[in-house]
Amino acid sequence: MRTTVLQSGNLPISKMWPRIGDEIVADERFDAVVVGAGPAGTAAAYTMAKGGLKVALIERGEFPGAKNIFGGVLYRKQLEDLIPEFWKEAPLERTIVEQRLWILGGDSAVTFGHRNLKYKEPPNCWTGLRVKFDQWFAGKAEQAGAIPIYETVVTELLLENGRVVGVRTDREDGDLRANIVVIADGVNSLLGKSLGIHREWRPDEVSLAVKEVIALPKQTIQDRFNLEDDEGCTIEFVGHMHGMAGLGFLYTNQDTLSLGVGVMVSDLRNKRIKPYEVLEGIKRHPMIQRLIQGGEVKEYSGHLIPEGGLDSMPPLAGDGWMICGDAAQMVNAVHREGTNLAVTSGRLAGETAIAAHAKGDFSAAALDEYTKAVRDSFIYKDLKKYRGVHGLLAMGASDLLFEKFPQALNDAAYEMLLVDGVPKKVKQKAAVGHLRDVAGGNWKLLRLALKGWRAMNG
Amino acid sequence: MLHLVVCMKQVPDSREIRIDPKTNTLVRQGVPAIVNYFDLHALEEALRVKDEHGARVTVISMGPPSAEKALRQCVSMGADEGILVSDRAFAGADTLATSYVLAMAIQKAEDEWGPVDIVFCGKQTLDGDTGQVGPGVACRLDIDQLTYVEKVESLDPVKREIIVHRHLEDGVERVKARLPVLITALAELNRPRRAGLPGVLRAARYQPIVWTTNDFPNMDRSKIGLRGSPTIVSKTWVPEPKQVNTEFIEGDDPAVTAQELLGRLYATDLPQKLGWA
Ligand SMILES: Cc1cc2nc3c(=O)[nH]c(=O)nc-3n(C[C@H](O)[C@H](O)[C@@H](O)COP(=O)(O)OP(=O)(O)OC[C@H]3O[C@@H](n4cnc5c(N)ncnc54)[C@H](O)[C@@H]3O)c2cc1C
Ligand SMILES: Cc1cc2nc3c(=O)[nH]c(=O)nc-3n(C[C@H](O)[C@H](O)[C@H](O)COP(=O)(O)OP(=O)(O)OC[C@H]3O[C@@H](n4cnc5c(N)ncnc54)[C@H](O)[C@@H]3O)c2cc1C
Repeated sequence: MRTTVLQSGNLPISKMWPRIGDEIVADERFDAVVVGAGPAGTAAAYTMAKGGLKVALIERGEFPGAKNIFGGVLYRKQLEDLIPEFWKEAPLERTIVEQRLWILGGDSAVTFGHRNLKYKEPPNCWTGLRVKFDQWFAGKAEQAGAIPIYETVVTELLLENGRVVGVRTDREDGDLRANIVVIADGVNSLLGKSLGIHREWRPDEVSLAVKEVIALPKQTIQDRFNLEDDEGCTIEFVGHMHGMAGLGFLYTNQDTLSLGVGVMVSDLRNKRIKPYEVLEGIKRHPMIQRLIQGGEVKEYSGHLIPEGGLDSMPPLAGDGWMICGDAAQMVNAVHREGTNLAVTSGRLAGETAIAAHAKGDFSAAALDEYTKAVRDSFIYKDLKKYRGVHGLLAMGASDLLFEKFPQALNDAAYEMLLVDGVPKKVKQKAAVGHLRDVAGGNWKLLRLALKGWRAMNG
Repeated sequence: MLHLVVCMKQVPDSREIRIDPKTNTLVRQGVPAIVNYFDLHALEEALRVKDEHGARVTVISMGPPSAEKALRQCVSMGADEGILVSDRAFAGADTLATSYVLAMAIQKAEDEWGPVDIVFCGKQTLDGDTGQVGPGVACRLDIDQLTYVEKVESLDPVKREIIVHRHLEDGVERVKARLPVLITALAELNRPRRAGLPGVLRAARYQPIVWTTNDFPNMDRSKIGLRGSPTIVSKTWVPEPKQVNTEFIEGDDPAVTAQELLGRLYATDLPQKLGWA
């Protein structure tokens, strides 16, 4: 394309354009404005639009999902509460029939897993890609009547006497006033921070995830993972990540694989390791390498995952606002669930808004119904159950839990299954002794087990 | 009030275009569609006239129903009306058939909203790339055409005179013309604006007007679509990429590798060509 400007030099370049004299009223008022068209924001917008509210859905991406990433497994239950039988039309990749968990040693793995064709009918969960899914989901909100405002960044909340009364965007004449603002701007939540309801997340409250989408022929994927048609398989793995608290994943899509690792930011900092180095190491592990070989990397991206759990959750509502999803730390890191918490919190915020609208009361007291609804939901209950996990991970035992134990487990498995004439009883004793040594003695092993048990059982 | 028409084509985003190695045709599936690059400049110029003199801006596009999105984008920037000329019968049009239909549509827009003073087109499209449609439309409307315009120096709606600069191969031509005229826009003409929030709100609710063959009782059916397109694409192929020699200069010290690079560059005839030597 030719982009040279006028050569003759004596002609001035066109002056800047005058302001557009649009006659449309700029101070149009909305019942609700939603910031962020991820699963949380879109669920809120969809719910409110269906409930007859005048809603604007603002998203900074070129379209919803354009820049968004996740692992990604999408679950049926919470989305079905919103859109019955959504899977018949939503762009999903594969229906998961098998989930595996691998504990990686240097070049080995101890594996667990469950495959069951019952997961197909009714379907339990799917793999998905957010470029497609978010766009479809937001389309449903648009169809329900939400006004899409994309490629638009909300730069700040409009405040009057301590009440949120709208948002300011980066467009010209960009203020939008509303009775309620639903903040669903994701993990960084600049808006939440600007309200003063949370500070910058501490490095142990977030994980940094990097992910590659690797293209392979459909048939190759199905052969390598033992799948038919639209069946899918997920693999989660721990270990082999430089002794840092992290979880890896390898998911099957139609004709791509999603491979990624999420590592606690404080560990990355302490060890001065870059997340892509972790991913590169994983890609060379023989268990993984064989599944991805020959594939072409189509995308590389990174994103934070909130992992502070219940203790990091900010206040959820105030005068004229509610906050949902990642912005409110609603992620169940143990079960890699986030989208379903986001969708449910968005729906609950939407329902609260509808009730508030009917009463004409948008005060903190009225919107606090949302906080109560979250408390009564699985979001709060699940996060409560795993409340201690964050503390367990933050106490500096990463090396032990995520490197030494996995390796010891692999060594033990090797010994147990090796037929070399040594009696099994002796082998078992040696294996337990090995684990104890790794932990630093019987007492420590016991204490750790207890802590772990408590962390997982609230 | 002036009536301005902008002809806009929705094209596949050329940054993401791929060519099917088997059929040698463009893979359009999954490629995002955008407003043709030059048409954004055409629209921007029309909007500037509107801002300065007051005008009604009508955007017309011939294309499939999905082109509604591109029309909404034009409305968000400030166009008053977006018209989608869409019918299966228009499919397969070459530049002859396309300019015939567009000219008919502009005439219909005149019937609806008054005589057109300026038609703005892009210089060319990112996909078809011919640059023939603008001139074709001008011929059919029997109005003057100002192609390759890089600057509108002045417009006098009372005297109905416009002075523009045309960028030609060997220089710039300053031309005065009487309205009505057709202009084809270069990228240098202006910098397209970003829509303001009120425009985005209006566009989100805006439903483009759709005209089908039924809306053109006088249209000659033999001049539209595949039937009205004498162009035959006999063969398409992908040119072989040019062979280039790549040399890698390895090393840890940037100062040393830079020195090495300069040494090798000066051993070629490049410095001479660039006039450094
Ligand atoms: C790879 C390829 C090769 C082709 N080769 C030829 C060919 O050799 N000969 C031929 O006759 N046709 C050809 N066509 C078809 C032809 O390009 C288009 O069908 C025709 O509709 C428009 O021509 P253009 O895209 O070249 O537009 P151009 O003439 O390059 O467009 C100039 C301006 O005209 C206006 N305009 C063009 N199309 C429209 C539209 N549909 N609606 C509104 N405004 C419009 C826009 O303002 C645009 O900026 C080809 C198409 C492709 C994809
Ligand atoms: C690598 C990775 C793997 C994951 N795997 C899974 C999984 O397998 N299953 C699962 O359920 N969850 C998974 N999660 C978690 C899940 O992705 C999130 O919990 C979920 O997306 C949260 O939704 P949300 O709507 O709250 O936030 P987001 O999805 O982050 O959406 C926020 C939106 O707001 C927009 N936005 C932000 N700021 C502004 C602004 N100022 N103005 C306008 N728009 C703005 C953003 O562009 C974005 O679209 C994973 C996350 C990561 C990073």
